[in-house]
Amino acid sequence: MKQIPAPFWTLVLGIVVTLVSLWVGQNHNLLPEQASEQAPLVDDLFNVMMTIGTALFIVVQGAIVYSLIRFRQPKGDETDGLPIEGNLPLEAFWTAIPAVIVVGLGLYSVVVFQEMGGFSPGGHHGHGAMVAMAPQQSVIDIAPLVAQAAAADEDIFSKTQVYGFGASPLVQMNQPDVTVNVTGMQFAWIFRYPDTGITDGELHIPVGKDVQLKIEAQDVIHSFWVPQFRLKQDALPGEPGELRFVATREGTYPVVCAELCGSYHGAMRTQVIVHSPKDYADWVASRVAEATPTTTVAQPAETATDAEYLAGIAPDLAKSPVQIAQMTSMSH
Amino acid sequence: MAQADISIKPTELQGGHGHPDKWKWYDYFTFNVDHKVIGIQYLVTSFLFYLVGGFMAVLMRTELATPNSDFLSPELYNAFLTNHGTIMIFLWIVPAAIGGFGNFLIPLMIGARDMAFPKLNAIAFWLNPPAGAVLAASFFLGGGAQSGWTSYPPLSEITANLPQTLWCVALIMVGTSSILGSVNFLVTIWKMRVPSMAWDQMPLFCWAMVATSVLALFATPVLAAAMVLLLFDINFGTSFFKPDAGGNVVVYQHLFWFYSHPAVYLMILPIFGIMSEVIPVHARKPIFGYKAIAYSSLTICLVGLFVWVHHMFTSGTAPWMRIFFTISTLIVAVPTGIKIFSWVATLWGGKIRYTTAMLFAVGLLSMFVFGGLSGVTLGAAPFDIHVHDTYYVVGHFHYVLYGGSVFGIYSGIYHWFPKITGRMLNEPLGKVHFVLTFIGTILTFTPMHNLGMQGMPRRVAMYDPQFAHLNQLVTVGAYILAVSVIPFYFNVIWSWMKGKEAGPNPWNAMTMEWTTDSPPIIENWEVLPVLTHGPYAYGMERSDEVGPAGEPLPASRS
Ligand code: HEM
Ligand SMILES: [Cu+2]
Ligand SMILES: [Cu+2]
Repeated sequence: MKQIPAPFWTLVLGIVVTLVSLWVGQNHNLLPEQASEQAPLVDDLFNVMMTIGTALFIVVQGAIVYSLIRFRQPKGDETDGLPIEGNLPLEAFWTAIPAVIVVGLGLYSVVVFQEMGGFSPGGHHGHGAMVAMAPQQSVIDIAPLVAQAAAADEDIFSKTQVYGFGASPLVQMNQPDVTVNVTGMQFAWIFRYPDTGITDGELHIPVGKDVQLKIEAQDVIHSFWVPQFRLKQDALPGEPGELRFVATREGTYPVVCAELCGSYHGAMRTQVIVHSPKDYADWVASRVAEATPTTTVAQPAETATDAEYLAGIAPDLAKSPVQIAQMTSMSH
Repeated sequence: MAQADISIKPTELQGGHGHPDKWKWYDYFTFNVDHKVIGIQYLVTSFLFYLVGGFMAVLMRTELATPNSDFLSPELYNAFLTNHGTIMIFLWIVPAAIGGFGNFLIPLMIGARDMAFPKLNAIAFWLNPPAGAVLAASFFLGGGAQSGWTSYPPLSEITANLPQTLWCVALIMVGTSSILGSVNFLVTIWKMRVPSMAWDQMPLFCWAMVATSVLALFATPVLAAAMVLLLFDINFGTSFFKPDAGGNVVVYQHLFWFYSHPAVYLMILPIFGIMSEVIPVHARKPIFGYKAIAYSSLTICLVGLFVWVHHMFTSGTAPWMRIFFTISTLIVAVPTGIKIFSWVATLWGGKIRYTTAMLFAVGLLSMFVFGGLSGVTLGAAPFDIHVHDTYYVVGHFHYVLYGGSVFGIYSGIYHWFPKITGRMLNEPLGKVHFVLTFIGTILTFTPMHNLGMQGMPRRVAMYDPQFAHLNQLVTVGAYILAVSVIPFYFNVIWSWMKGKEAGPNPWNAMTMEWTTDSPPIIENWEVLPVLTHGPYAYGMERSDEVGPAGEPLPASRS
C-alpha cells in the first residue's frame, strides 16, 4: 500500500465516484413514467442534478466517515490536533467549484424552462365560441350562467397576466388543438370544453396533440398536478393560469390537487385520460350526442379515482353536482 | 500584562456580600432580567413545546399509516398539521436556538455581565408563554386553525375564523418577541464585548447571531404586516386578499414568504454557530476558515432575503421571477457549502473525541449534506414545479429542520449542559439517544422524497393506496423518533439533579464562557476576563495566557 502514491488513489477514487454517480443519475427510478413532452426535459435536468448530487454526497460523506475513523483520539492521547486554521487555495477551490456548478445548473434550468414554454403563458390565442356548461349555482337555468362564464373567461384571459406554461417555442405561433377550461373547487375539478360544450369531472385529451388548459379556481387556491406530465400550476381565484403541453403516451393518469384547499384536500383527486385520436373523437362525439344541460354537468364524485374508496371515507363527497355547487357557494 | 488591562474592573456583585450568587428555582418563574435565567427559561419552555409538537406529529403519522382518514377526522388532521408546523417553528426551534442559546451564551462569550437591555430581554421572553397559550386556545376554540402554517388566503379566511384570528395574534406576539430580541443581540455584541476582543476574535456563534438578528429585523415586520392584514380581512371586512372583492391572493404569499424563507435561515444560522463551537472543541483543532465561516453567515443573510419566490414557482409568478429566484436560490448553496467544507476540514487531522455533543454535530453534518443537496434540486424551477407541495418538500425540510436544527440543538445541549447546570449529562444514555435519533430521522424522512416524486401531495389526511407501504415505513420511523426523546428528557432531568459535577471547563474549551464557574455566578465573573488568545487556539503555543483571576489557563497541550 505504502508504495502507491496518493495521486494514484485519488485518481482511482475519482473515476469510481464518477462512474457510480453517472450510473445512479441514470438508474435511480425515482420518477414516475413520462407522459408529456415536458417530462423528459424535467427528468434530464433532475438526472443531471442527481449525478452531481451523488458525487458530492459520496465525496463529502466519505470525507466525514474517513475523518471519524482515521482521526479519532488515540487512547490516552490528550493532546490537540495540528493547528491548521485555513488554506486559501483550498478555500478558493471549494468556493469556486460549487459556484460553477450552481451557475451551470441555473443556466440549464433556464433553458429547460424556456423549452417547456415557461416564458410564454397567456399569449392571446383566440378561441372559438364558447358554449360551456358551467355547473354553477343551479342546473335549472343554466343558459345565462354559461354566457356569463364564457364572457368572464374571455375577459380574464385577454387582459391579465397569465401564469404557468404556454406554448413551447416551437409551436409559439400555433393555435392549440384542444383547449380546456379547468376550474378547481372544493373538492373537485371541473373540465369544460369551450369548443364542444362538454363538461366533465375527468380530463379527456388526445395523445400527441397540443393541449391548452386554462386554470382557475372558484373558491380557494387549488393546484393542478399530473405527476406523469411533470406539470403543476396553482388554480388561483381571480388569477388565470395556463398549462400547455402535448401528452405523449396513452393511458390514465392521476390529477392531484397539490395545494391545501380544505378538509378533503387529500380526496380531491380525479384522472386524466389520454386517448388515441380516434378514441378521443369517439368520446367527444358520444358526449356531444348526449349533451343536455342536466347530463353534461360534471359528476366529479362518481367519476373520481377509486370512487368507492372515496365514497367510503368521505361520504360528503358523494353528492350531486348541484349540492357541490351549493356547498361551494355557501362557503363564501 | 493582563493585570494592567483596562478591562479588569473588579466590580461588586449586584447583590453585594451575603447575597446568594446562584438563583433559586422559583427565580425561573419570575420576570428575572439575568440573561442566563432568560436563556434557561427559553430553553425549558421550548423543550416543553417540542413535546407538544412532537405529540401532534406522532398522531399525524398514525393517521397516515393507512390511506384512509380513519384515525383523525380530516379537519382534526389539518388542525394538527397547522399547529405542529407553527409550534415546531415558532415555539420550539426559534426560541430554543435564538432565545435559549443566544441569551445564555452571547454575554458569556463576549465577556459581558448581561445583555444590553436586560428588561427588554425579559419582556421578549415573557411574550412567548402567552403566545403559546393563545395558540393552545385557538386549538380548543372552534377546532383549531385549519390552513397550514402558511395560512394562505382565501382558505384561511373561510375556515374556522376564531382560531385563525388567534393564530395570527400568536404569531404577532412571537414576531414582536423576536424583533426585541434581535435589537438586543445586535447592541450587545456591538457594544459590550470586553475591550480586548476584536470583531475577528469573537466566537463564530456570535457572528451567527449577528447575521440572525439582522435577518430577523428585516424580515419579521413583514410577517407582522401580513398577519395584521389577514386579521383585518377575517374580522373587519377589508379585502386585501379577497379575490371576489378586488383583493389579490398572491400578495399574501409574497409577504408571508418574504419573512418565512429568511425564517429558515433564522432557524439554521444559530445552529451553524453552535456547530462552529462544538466541532473544534471535540476535534481539538482550530476551526478551519474562521473568516470564511463568519462571512458566509453574512452572505447567507443577504442572499437569503432575495430567494423567497422559490416557494411560489407554481403560484402567480411571472417568468422572469422564476428565473431570477432560481439563480439566487441556487447561489445560497455556495456559502452553505463553504461552511460544510470548513467543518469537515476541521475534523481532518483532529483528535476527535466521540462525545455525544460531537456525535450530534457530525450527524448534523451528514444530514445537512443530504438536505442541502435536495434543496438545490428544489431551487431549480423546472424540477421544483414537479415536486412543489409534495412529500418531497416535506422530506427535504424535515431533513434540514430535524437533521439540522434539532440535531444542532441537541448537540448544543450536550456541549453546554455542564456550563448551564454545573453537571454533566450521562454519556451512555446520550449515545442511545443519538443512535435512535439518527436512525429514526433517516427512516422517517428519506422515503418521503420518493413519495413526493411518485405523486403524493403534502397536507393530506388520506392518500392513494399505492403509497401505503412507504408511508408505513415513515410512520415506523416517526415512532422511533418519538421513543428517542425518552432517554434524552430522562437524562436531562436526572443529570440536572444528580449528574456528575462538571467544574468550570470539562471539555478544555477556549471560548470565554468556560472561564467562569459552572453554572456561572450571577454577574458572570467576579473580575471580567481578558482575552489572551483566540477562541479556537487548539494546539497552539499559549504560554502567556492568564485566566480570569490571574491563574494560568490549562497548559496548552501540543
Ligand atoms: C418526530 C418528528 C417529526 C415528524 C414525524 C414530523 C411529521 C410531520 C408531518 C407528518 C407533517 C405533515 C406533512 C403534511 O401533511 O404535509 C409535518 C409538517 C411539518 N413539520 Fe414536522 N415532523 C417532525 C418534526 C418536525 C420538526 C422538528 C419541525 C421543526 C421545525 C417540523 C416542522 C414541520 C413543518 C413546518 C411542517 C409543515 C406544516 C404545514 O405544512 O403547515 N416538524 N411534519
Ligand atoms: Cu383542491
Ligand atoms: Cu387541495
